[in-house]
Amino acid sequence: MPTLNDYLVLSAILFAIGTAGVFVRRNLITILLSIEIMLNAVNLSFVAFGRSLGTADGQIIVFFVMTVAAAEAAVGLAIVIGLFRHRESLNPDTFTSLKW
Amino acid sequence: MTPLLVAQIGLTLFVFFMLLNSAAVMVYVERKVAAFLQQRLGPYLVGPKGVLQPLADVIKLMFKEELRPKAADWFLFALAPIISASCAFAAFAVVPFGAATTFFGLLSEPVKLQVADVNVAVLVIFAIASMSVYGIVLAGWSSNSKYSLLGGLRSSAQMISYELSYGMALASVLVVGNSLSLTDIVNGQSGYWFHVLPRWFIFLQPVGFLIYLTAGVAETNRAPFDFPEAEQELVAGYHTEYSSMSFAMFFLAEYINMVTVSAVATDLFLGGWHGPFLPESLGWIWFLVKVGALLFFYVWMRWTLPRYRYDQLMSFGWKILLPVAVVNLLVTAAGVLYFGM
Amino acid sequence: MTLFYLFGAVAVIASLLVIAQRNPIYSVLLLIASFGALSGLYVLLDAPFVAVTQIIVYAGAIMVLFLFVVMLLNAPHEETEHDEKVHPLRRPGPMRLGAVLAAALVVELIWALSRGTSETGAFGEAAVSSVRALGRSLFTEYAFAFEVTSVLILVAMVGAVVLAKRDPRAHS
Repeated sequence: MPTLNDYLVLSAILFAIGTAGVFVRRNLITILLSIEIMLNAVNLSFVAFGRSLGTADGQIIVFFVMTVAAAEAAVGLAIVIGLFRHRESLNPDTFTSLKW
Repeated sequence: MTPLLVAQIGLTLFVFFMLLNSAAVMVYVERKVAAFLQQRLGPYLVGPKGVLQPLADVIKLMFKEELRPKAADWFLFALAPIISASCAFAAFAVVPFGAATTFFGLLSEPVKLQVADVNVAVLVIFAIASMSVYGIVLAGWSSNSKYSLLGGLRSSAQMISYELSYGMALASVLVVGNSLSLTDIVNGQSGYWFHVLPRWFIFLQPVGFLIYLTAGVAETNRAPFDFPEAEQELVAGYHTEYSSMSFAMFFLAEYINMVTVSAVATDLFLGGWHGPFLPESLGWIWFLVKVGALLFFYVWMRWTLPRYRYDQLMSFGWKILLPVAVVNLLVTAAGVLYFGM
Repeated sequence: MTLFYLFGAVAVIASLLVIAQRNPIYSVLLLIASFGALSGLYVLLDAPFVAVTQIIVYAGAIMVLFLFVVMLLNAPHEETEHDEKVHPLRRPGPMRLGAVLAAALVVELIWALSRGTSETGAFGEAAVSSVRALGRSLFTEYAFAFEVTSVLILVAMVGAVVLAKRDPRAHS
């Protein structure tokens, strides 16, 4: 039977993979996808803790995290569309000057 | 290999083959009903009264050449019909089609006529309907042709827009039915009011039923919401570049989605397998009758109503159907609170 | 236990492939596979509602949005090829630092967690996980957060529409 520790280690691995994606990848959409991986890792540890403490609060917080992630993905992608229209590029290194 | 396990596996295979057969029957029914509505005969050469026409169609489709456009992304091109067909079959796995039966005493305890009884069955159907959007959008993209891409994007935008009203109609039924499990909802519809009117939820939720059917028709991309695959508009939309068995998979997925929407509507609104004159163990006959009536209604609508233009379709889904669904949910919740059900 | 390892392995491998893929469409599809595995893990944790909501919201809506954007932008992955062809630890300047930091984070997290905590026991009996109890708690204890979330979604919807709109003056 998996213990709480197993779930936490898995969540940490996923979170680290997400962070690595944000640091290493040079494509805006992949960076946003890595942020979603991080949010999911956090969701997993919330549900695991909620289960181990015997309350339903973990699941409710996951509900809110999912909603916030949806809102953030929508606005983030709208920004990416706007940036792409301006510079025709998805590489964050092309957006280094503060001048539009 | 206990008898119960054998019964469970047998039930799964049985449901799978019955779904395949239902798609074949639907092909025949659609062509015959369309013909009679248009005052012509329809298929009548192959077999008595044309009954073997679906078999002829399947054989023809199997022998066609499997084309693949050169610039198409081959992995996604092959994956898209698989996703469509799998989601169509998977959604039916949680739909109950009869009361728990012991098969005339062969088994020691009754087995439910439902492949998987989960207590969040309604949500599972909704989840699998959300996943079936991917089959269409990937088909449109991977064909690498402008008609396919446009058809795919439009079709998936339509599907995700109507999913909202679909979900709201489901939520209204959940408020009345007090459970997420389809078996419980059907069992809540047994019995009669005043000994004459069956306790079906359609009498409590008429608007919800209409919203559910409309959203269901839009979800399955059937007329009058089938702009994205209309022949006159976009060649054939997202499945332009497909031929032979891949096309057959999309075709199959569309018919099985129709059957699933009708079956879920029967379970939620029309009382499932409850009906007069027959004992509970033969309730699946009533289920078939009700699902058949809804499928006939589907075909009738396709060949009677003109098609919505795409912007009319989207504006209907967002500006009319969704507010009506939300108001329906509010009124339902207020009613349940007031009458203390 | 085997189910836990299976789902966990699928989630980790799919996530690794997400950040390693060049083609953004494959990244999105692999992330959907990872979400499916996570949904299975939620079912193992006696949280069926969260599992189904994960599929409906994340895999069924948010990823469709990502897929639409990738398709509409026809995301060119050739442009980033030069930077990404070189192994992360050999890239110039800040990128090398980023890759080193990511590797350090992975090692540190796994080291800290595998030192063992006092929570090595198995889980107790299943917590209350019915949807009815969740709903009751959501509308009484967390009612304020619920209402604020609905305003948040409205704001995000309006913001996304405004940000993605084409400026009519820009076509002159």
